[in-house]
Amino acid sequence: EDFDGLSSSEFSTDERLTSFESITTYNNFYEFGTDKSAPSALAADFPDPAKPWQITVDGECDNPGVFDYQEFIQPYTLEERIYRLRCVEGWSMVIPWVGFQLSEVLKKAQPNSRAKFVEFTTLYDPEQMPGQRRRVLQWPYKEGLRIDEAMHPLTILAVGLYGKMMPGQNGAPIRLVVPWKYGFKSIKSIVRIRFTEKMPLTAWVESAPHEYGFYSNVNPEVNHPRWSQRRERRIGELLKRETLMFNGYGDHVAEMYSGMDLRKYF
Amino acid sequence: MRLEYSKPLVFSLALLPFCWLVYGLLTDQLGANPIETLTRETGLWALRFLLITLCISPLCWLTGMNHWLRFRRMLGLFAFFYACLHMLLYLGLDQFFDVAEIIRDIKERPFITVGFINFLLLLPLALTSSNAMIKRLGGRRWRQLHRLSYLAAATACLHFLMLVKADTRQPIIYIALLAVLLVWRLIHHRRRQSASAS
Repeated sequence: EDFDGLSSSEFSTDERLTSFESITTYNNFYEFGTDKSAPSALAADFPDPAKPWQITVDGECDNPGVFDYQEFIQPYTLEERIYRLRCVEGWSMVIPWVGFQLSEVLKKAQPNSRAKFVEFTTLYDPEQMPGQRRRVLQWPYKEGLRIDEAMHPLTILAVGLYGKMMPGQNGAPIRLVVPWKYGFKSIKSIVRIRFTEKMPLTAWVESAPHEYGFYSNVNPEVNHPRWSQRRERRIGELLKRETLMFNGYGDHVAEMYSGMDLRKYF
Repeated sequence: MRLEYSKPLVFSLALLPFCWLVYGLLTDQLGANPIETLTRETGLWALRFLLITLCISPLCWLTGMNHWLRFRRMLGLFAFFYACLHMLLYLGLDQFFDVAEIIRDIKERPFITVGFINFLLLLPLALTSSNAMIKRLGGRRWRQLHRLSYLAAATACLHFLMLVKADTRQPIIYIALLAVLLVWRLIHHRRRQSASAS
């Protein structure tokens, strides 16, 4: 194992884990192609070790910085977080991530009073990411969270899974995991974290604003025009199961959306 | 090759995708979500066989030989066979034969609506494919009815296009192929009309 002696977390589920094989061969990572099998075939050696991975933290904060990957993760204690992941396409997995709370990174950056949102950006490098040579989405991929969502203890930056370094196809070397939102919110291969005053324009909202909203909380009551969100197929299971509000994390996160019309803010 | 072997040969070839899918399922080679793979592949093969069936007439005009026609019914029925598998997978393994849920789904999701209409268009074509039915309807009415196959191919393409999330390359290839086949027919019939007029 790449990571030893990981502490467990009260936020972990005890549901049966999806196999490592499934987690690493069934991926939506359009930077490596739109086929779910493309990322595992093309991202095996991603990122190129010869190219240093840098992460910029900037925007509305008092302590911005540019960090090398090792330098970036060094201050934090890694732990295992076993989360459900629900894709907007109607399938789900249970994944043992290795990571740390995003809130620790944000606190260190000292956001100022104008910081209302956090924007995340994926690497743009068509040489390493062949899917970026075609404009399926506006590259680089961008995602965003409201600052309270970003500070939430369930929101983590993950650097591995199953005790191993993050595989390329799952968003190496570092990615976001927001378990109560559809999978596409959990942006992969992050190079920039930026505090903003305005709501960031995210990749899927830009691509199809009627289909995807900024919040994209898992919600069985609000259907996507293509996929019913009432049920989901857990990978490895034959029967479908009911989809839970906020992907089953409602006790932790529902409060953040009290008073909001979740049909409007989907 | 002797002509009498050609039909069994085409039949076997048309059955190959099915065999390959069954083999893949039994040997666990259909990926992490085998039901999705089966649904996608059977749908794709239904569409492919629809287009292959629509290639028969142009092939006759192109080669000046009519014996391609002997394969047309079989190929059309293979399109229906794969469409049935596709539909059954959806009804059984996506909706578990829950009728209320299926009706809701057809109403709520436009690409499912189009897929369902597509299946309804294929039904009368398959049901009237026998010699007895051709006789009963009469050649002229039968031919008119079977022009539905153009509409069926078009709705199948639309169903595919609506299902794709961002990368429309694949459905557009099929739409382009269908457009070529339909425009070819148009030109052919225009020419024949003007030839008979003069």
